Amino acid sequence: MNVLIILLPIALFLGTLGLVGFIWSMKTGQFDDLEGAGWRAIMNDDDKMDPNHRPHS
Amino acid sequence: MNSSDKQDRTKLDFAVEGVTCPACMVTIENALLEQDGISSPRYNLSTHRLAVYTDPALFSIKDIIAKLDSLGYKARPFELDSARLEQEKQQKSLLIALAVAGFAAMNVILLSVSIWSGAESMATETRTLFHWLSAIIAIPAVFVAGQPFFSSAFKALRHGHVNMDVPISLAISLALIMSVVQTASGGEDAYFDSAVMLLFFLLIGRYLDFSSRTRTGKLGQNLLALQKTVVSLYDKDGKLNEVPANLIEPGDKIHIPAGSSIGVDGIILEGTSQVDSSLITGESLPQSLAVGDQVYAGTLNLSGTLKVEASSAGASTLLSEISDLLDKASEKRGHYVRLADRAASLYAPAVHLLAFLTLFGWLLAGVGWQTAMLYGIAVLIITCPCALGLAVPVVQVVATGSLFRNGILVNQGDALERMAIAEHIVFDKTGTLTEPESSIHNIADIPGTVLEQASRLALSSNHVLAKVLAKHAKSKSPFPNVEEVSGQGVHYSRDGLTARLGSRHFCGMEDEKTDAETEENYSELCFNDGKGHKATFLFSQKLKSDATGLINVMKELGFTVSILSGDLPKTVAQTAHFLGITQYKGAINPQQKVIEVEKLQQDGHSIIMVGDGLNDAAALQSANVSVAPSSAVDLTQSAADFVILGNKLQPLVTAVKVSRQARKLMIQNFIFAITYNIVAVPLAIFGFVTPLIAALLMSASSVIVTLNALRAQTRN
Repeated sequence: MNVLIILLPIALFLGTLGLVGFIWSMKTGQFDDLEGAGWRAIMNDDDKMDPNHRPHS
Repeated sequence: MNSSDKQDRTKLDFAVEGVTCPACMVTIENALLEQDGISSPRYNLSTHRLAVYTDPALFSIKDIIAKLDSLGYKARPFELDSARLEQEKQQKSLLIALAVAGFAAMNVILLSVSIWSGAESMATETRTLFHWLSAIIAIPAVFVAGQPFFSSAFKALRHGHVNMDVPISLAISLALIMSVVQTASGGEDAYFDSAVMLLFFLLIGRYLDFSSRTRTGKLGQNLLALQKTVVSLYDKDGKLNEVPANLIEPGDKIHIPAGSSIGVDGIILEGTSQVDSSLITGESLPQSLAVGDQVYAGTLNLSGTLKVEASSAGASTLLSEISDLLDKASEKRGHYVRLADRAASLYAPAVHLLAFLTLFGWLLAGVGWQTAMLYGIAVLIITCPCALGLAVPVVQVVATGSLFRNGILVNQGDALERMAIAEHIVFDKTGTLTEPESSIHNIADIPGTVLEQASRLALSSNHVLAKVLAKHAKSKSPFPNVEEVSGQGVHYSRDGLTARLGSRHFCGMEDEKTDAETEENYSELCFNDGKGHKATFLFSQKLKSDATGLINVMKELGFTVSILSGDLPKTVAQTAHFLGITQYKGAINPQQKVIEVEKLQQDGHSIIMVGDGLNDAAALQSANVSVAPSSAVDLTQSAADFVILGNKLQPLVTAVKVSRQARKLMIQNFIFAITYNIVAVPLAIFGFVTPLIAALLMSASSVIVTLNALRAQTRN
């Protein structure tokens, strides 16, 4: 049972870390654009985008 | 870009139109990054808004709009109104509450499971330690995550009502207090797990409900921002200044170039032009206006340049009056009581009564106040509307998502319920049942060479009908030296001969009218090449390809169908006969449309209104549920409950079917939730509910309701 003295705080600490992380990312607006964020990840910054890209329907 | 750099720059927000893919997003951001004085341009692909930090000295709002315009995107400054800002903040705090509740529920249940599984062998000290640990987690968590319920319950009580949040708040806070008392006295049972789990499930339902109500609202806001127009004002020296339309005062002189929308109501001082006022009147053909004629904000200047003296602008224009009419209609709309609210109004009093009866019953039986209290709280926890709270929102989210994949946007969550019970459908004609653009009726009768000449000539005209004709031109180069006579037609001369395209009079063809042409109600355009080749183009509005099929399916689904249109009675009658619709009315204005809809409602009908024009907006708002195609004007789209993407009508059938299915599932979920209570409540009343049983029952009922809701998905 003594192992609980170590395990319980660790479990709670890690859980809290996750929660704080989530709230931090919420507050800094990282969930504001779920659709765009996905595309940003796969669009390479180094690639030169076609500067003549125009809206299409 | 570091943060101190951002601080001395102003943040500007824009609503942007025309972004269709992620590449657009990157194009916009890269183009703005190249500019001096702009930092951190960030385009939001979900809300279609752009945020940039600018140095106002180097780059103004107008420069950014111009820059985006050169890329092909239409942008307007965007400012959230305070109500909407409040809503977005609320949604964020709900999500944070959900995260906190989820965290607490996981950890408390972790502790509870060990208590349950080791109940026999566990030492009292260890159990009490676990209970205290649970308390340390649960109390602050409830304090944070319970806010949405506590504040709503408090508000309701202060106004003398009881809503669903009152028993919820009562159950959670009493369970918490009772558990602390139990723990302090080394008791066996504590309900910390029930309290936080309850919160977690309820918050899921609350969050889904909230986001289904606000999601499409965000796009609606963008539309309104895009409508705010900028007009060119002549200053004292006769120079032009770009000014927002709401700053215009009566008497100001405005310059309106061809092809731009008219931002003010006013009188024409100089120039003649064709004006498309379909937005206001619903009439599909443009009017020829000259000096002294009245123009309205929201109409479109098609051909000539105009100088207009403003009589009113901003809040007092006809356009604004129509949106006022819209507001009034929405106030008048017989307030639909949502299924969930109806359930709540029955449920909340019953729950309180049961809990009190249990408490007093056990007190009378003489078990001591602590035990009696425990049983009373058990009743509150067990009856707590987890399943009820999820019953409707989950169905709504699943059904809305399913409709979205079928090309239908849902603006309001409860629109599904209203759609499901409607049984009378009213269509607008132009742009709804028919294609928004006219087509040439007699194109097969016209010789190819004449068609080619006429359509090439039409390239030089801005007239609406000529534009349709111009699409038939094989050679896209206009004739040289074409002159336009405003309101008459276009002509050009070669080898001493003059070819004309325009009104019958303009082409000198008054005597050529044939019987067929006079009988039917067509709009016409005449062509005379001066060498004896003459032709009359008859324009009619083509029905959408699936209109007939749609009407038949609607009738099969049990709908009464009628047409209300601002178009000529004769044209309306033709369309109605063709589609087999017996109830129709033509030549009616926006107010009359509202009156007609209200008349039907007074006869006890529940009405779906389908329309696309600005003249339909008020009628859409006063109908029980409303649908607009995505070709509709912005204001009308934001007034509608459903927006159909694309040019087809068929999705309307899907919308009806999914709505009916959704309502069926909601009712099933309610029945299930009530059955669950009938089984579980006696257990609680007679004191058999231990924390373990409470936790099991609660999770099981929530999961079952959620699974049932998933059936709202359409099977393709």
